[in-house]
Amino acid sequence: MGTRRKDLGESFLEWLLKLLSESEEIEFEDFNLEASEFQLDVTGIASIVKPMLEAAKSMEARAIELIEELPKPEAMFTNRIAEVRIGATRSEGGSRGRVIVIGGEVTMPFYSFSALNPNPPVVSGDVFDWKLPLPKPLRDSFGDAMDDPAEWAKLYIDKFDADMVTVELTSTDPSIRDTPVREAVKVVENVLQAVDSPVMVGGSGDPVKDVELLTEVAAIFEGERLLLSSIPSPEDRFKPIAEAAKRYGHNVVAWASLDINLQRDLDRAILNVLPPERIVIDPTSAPLGYGIEYAFSVMERIRIAGLMGDRELALPMLSGTSNAWGAREAWLKTPELGPREVRGPLWEAITALTFLLAGCDLFIMMHPLAIKTVKQTISWLYGRWDTPAKAIPNWLEEM
Amino acid sequence: MAKKISPMDVYKLLPRLNCGRCGISTCLGFAAKLVERAARLEECTPLFEEERYRDNLSQLREVLRPPVLEVAFGPPGREVRVGGKLVLHRHELRYMNPTVLAVDVWDDIEGDLESRVKLVDSLSYTYIGRELKLNALALRCRSGDPSRFQDLAEKVSKLTDLPIILCSLDPEALEAALLKVGDRRPLIYAATEDNWRDLSELAKMYGCPIVVSSPGNLSKLRGLVKVLNDEGVDRLVLDPGTYVGEGLAYTVNSFTLLRWLACRQGDRLSGYPLLAIPAVVWADEGFRGKPEEASWMEATVTAMMIARYADIAIIHGVEVWQLLPNLILRENLYTDPVKPVSVEPGLREFGSPDDRSPLLVTTNFALTYFTVSSDIESAKLNCYLLVVDTEGLSVESSVAGRKLTAEKIAEAMKEYRVAEKVSHRKVVIPGLAARLKGELEDLTGWEVLVGPRDSSDIPSFLAKYWRI
Repeated sequence: MGTRRKDLGESFLEWLLKLLSESEEIEFEDFNLEASEFQLDVTGIASIVKPMLEAAKSMEARAIELIEELPKPEAMFTNRIAEVRIGATRSEGGSRGRVIVIGGEVTMPFYSFSALNPNPPVVSGDVFDWKLPLPKPLRDSFGDAMDDPAEWAKLYIDKFDADMVTVELTSTDPSIRDTPVREAVKVVENVLQAVDSPVMVGGSGDPVKDVELLTEVAAIFEGERLLLSSIPSPEDRFKPIAEAAKRYGHNVVAWASLDINLQRDLDRAILNVLPPERIVIDPTSAPLGYGIEYAFSVMERIRIAGLMGDRELALPMLSGTSNAWGAREAWLKTPELGPREVRGPLWEAITALTFLLAGCDLFIMMHPLAIKTVKQTISWLYGRWDTPAKAIPNWLEEM
Repeated sequence: MAKKISPMDVYKLLPRLNCGRCGISTCLGFAAKLVERAARLEECTPLFEEERYRDNLSQLREVLRPPVLEVAFGPPGREVRVGGKLVLHRHELRYMNPTVLAVDVWDDIEGDLESRVKLVDSLSYTYIGRELKLNALALRCRSGDPSRFQDLAEKVSKLTDLPIILCSLDPEALEAALLKVGDRRPLIYAATEDNWRDLSELAKMYGCPIVVSSPGNLSKLRGLVKVLNDEGVDRLVLDPGTYVGEGLAYTVNSFTLLRWLACRQGDRLSGYPLLAIPAVVWADEGFRGKPEEASWMEATVTAMMIARYADIAIIHGVEVWQLLPNLILRENLYTDPVKPVSVEPGLREFGSPDDRSPLLVTTNFALTYFTVSSDIESAKLNCYLLVVDTEGLSVESSVAGRKLTAEKIAEAMKEYRVAEKVSHRKVVIPGLAARLKGELEDLTGWEVLVGPRDSSDIPSFLAKYWRI
C-alpha cells in the first residue's frame, strides 16, 4: 500500500459506492488499475466489498504491464572482416606454442544484439631492442628486464599476462643507433626462444633500412607466421616486404596516418601481393588528448566500410596504444594532476578501451595495470550480454 | 540515418516576418540554420511571445525533434542540455551536447559537504585554451529520511548554482527536496515501475525532467516511457542500468541498442538521453574499502560510457587523476569532426623579445599551439613563435600530408615579416619537421635549426643551441 492518499483512490471509492447504491451486480470490463494505488476502509461493509476486491484482484493481472517489446534491430551488415592468424605451431611449420586469431567480425564491436563476433581482441606487450628513455612508471614496471629484450618479452607473457609480444627493432634506425640487420635478427631469435607466444616484429620506421631489415627477418624466420610492421605507403619500394612475407609465410601491417583514403590505396597495393588473411591495418593510434577523436572515427569508418562490403578495408585493425605515453598528461610529474603511477597507466588503458569500442583487434601495450584492465574488460564484454550477470548494487543508499 | 528535414518544411511554420530578431535577415535563412542545427528555435522571439504562433511552435518542435530528444535541466543561466543527438557515429555529423559529468553528494555525508561541493564547482583544467569542468551534482537520499534530504537540497542550493539531479526512489523525499529547489529545475531520479504515477505528478507540478529507471529490462523501460508519454510527460532521461564487471557486456549492449533504435529506426520510445551511473562501482562488494581500485574501475567504465552514448554520467570518485582523462576524452569525442580545432596563424610574441630573441615555428593545430605556447610561457622565455597555417593539422600529420612544407614556412616568414623583428637569420623548426631543413635553408638563406620533438624540451634546447 502506498503511503500517500491518491485522487485515484478517492474517486474509485466514490465510484464504487455509487455503483453499490445503484445495482446488485457489478461487472468489471476494460478497466485498468493497480491495487496498490488505493486504500479502502472496508470495516463494516466487508461482506459487500470483499467479493468486489477479489474481482479487482483478478483484474490486477490485466493491469498495465508496462511492457513495450523492443523493435527488432534491422539487418545491419553483409560482409565479414578477414581473419588473420598470427604465429605458427610446430605442426604448422613454426615453433610457437599457440596461434592467435584476430578479425572475423560480422558486426560492430559489442552489437551483440545483432550478431556475435568470433575472436576477442588481444594484447601484445611492447618490447624494444634498446633501453629507450621511458617515463618512470614504465621503467619501474620493467626493472632490469629492459636490458634484455628476451627477458622483457618473458615478463609480458609470464607476469603481465599479455597474449603475444611485439619486438620493436627501433635501434636499427640510422638516426638512433643504426644497429646492423644481423644483430637485430639475433634479438628476434632470442625473443622467439624466450616465449612461445606469437610474435610481431616492428622495424625502424626508416624506409630504406626497413626493406633490408624486414625482408631479412622474413627469410630467416620462415614459417613462424610473424606479423611484420610496417608497410607505410603504396610505393613500390615496400613491395619487397610484402613479397618476402608471402614467400616465407608471414603477415604484414599496413600503416597509414589517420587517412581512410590513403589506407584504402595502401591496402589495395598490398592485396595485389598478399591475401586479406595476411594483412592487419594500423590506422595510427593518436592517443587520448592528442587526436584520439581522429583515430576513433577513422577506425569506426574503416570497420563500418569493411562490414558493408569494402574489401580493401575488411581487415583486422591494430593500435599502437603505447603511444598514449607520449601524452604529456600521462607522464608529466605534476602533483596537482595526481600521482603519475596511476595517471599514466590509466591514460594508456582509456586510450585502448576507446579503440576497443571502435573495432580495434590488437593492442600493443606497455603498463601491466593497463594490460590487465584491457584484458579483463575484453573478457567481460565477450561474456553474457543479454541479461545482467547480477543485480545492480544499491548505489543510492549503500555507498 | 535519421530522416532529412527540408528547410521549406520549417520555413512555412515560422512567422515569416523577416524581422531579423534572430540575427538572420530572412526567415528562410533562419530555417536553413535550424535544419543544420546551427540555430535554436528560442532565437525566434516572436514565436514564443505571440499567442497566435502557439500551434506553429509545437509543430516546429515536432518537425525539428532530433532522434534523441534534447532535455535541459538546471537553473536559468546555468542550465545544461543533454541528448539532442542526431547521429549514431560522430563522423556522420557530430555529437551534440557533451556528456554531463555529475558528482554525487549524500544527505548523511560524514565530513565536509561544503568542500566536496566547492571542489566539484571549481575543478577546472585548461586544455587547448578551453576550460574543462564538471557539470552537475547528484544528490542522494541515502538516509531514507525526507527531511534530511530536504536539508541537503537546501544546503547545496546555498553553496552553488550547479545543476542538480535529485536521486531517490521515494516520492516523499523527492517532493520534500523539490519544495526547496524545485525552482532550479533539477533532474529527478527516478521513475520506476513502482512509483511512476507519483513521479509523473511531481514532474508536471514542478516542470522538471525525470529519469526513467528500469535496470536490466529494456522492454519495461520502454513501457514506462510509454505510460509517462500518455500522461503527458515527455522530458525524460533513460537509465537502462549500469552494470559493471561481468555485467559490462549488458550495459554496453543496451546503451548501444537504445541509441541504434533511436537513430537508425526512429524509435520514439528509445529516443531520449541516456544516463550512466559508473558510481555503482563504489557500492559493489568487490570494491568496499578499496578506494584506489574503485576510482580506477569507475574511470574506465566512465570512459567507455562517454564513448558509448551516455549523455549523463553520475560519478563518485573525485581524484583528479581519474577525472582528467575523462574530461579530455569527452572534449575530444565531442569536437566537430569536420572542423579541426585550430588557432589563427601569425607571429606571436612571448615575454619581451628583442631582435636577438629566438624564432620558433609551429603549426596552427590548437593542441600543438597551446602545448608549445604553454611550454614557452612556463619557462618564461622571450621569443617569437611563427604559427603556420597547416589547416589545423599537427606537425606530424601536416608534414606527412604536405600542409607544412618549406615553401609554406618561407611564405609565412615573408607574410608576417619576421626579418623586421629579428636581426639574426636563424629559425628553429619542430623536431618532427626535421626533413624540411635543407629545402627551407635553400629557399630563405636562413640557418635552420632542428628543434626538439617534444616542446617541453624547448627551454633546454635553446639554452644549449641558441647562440647569437
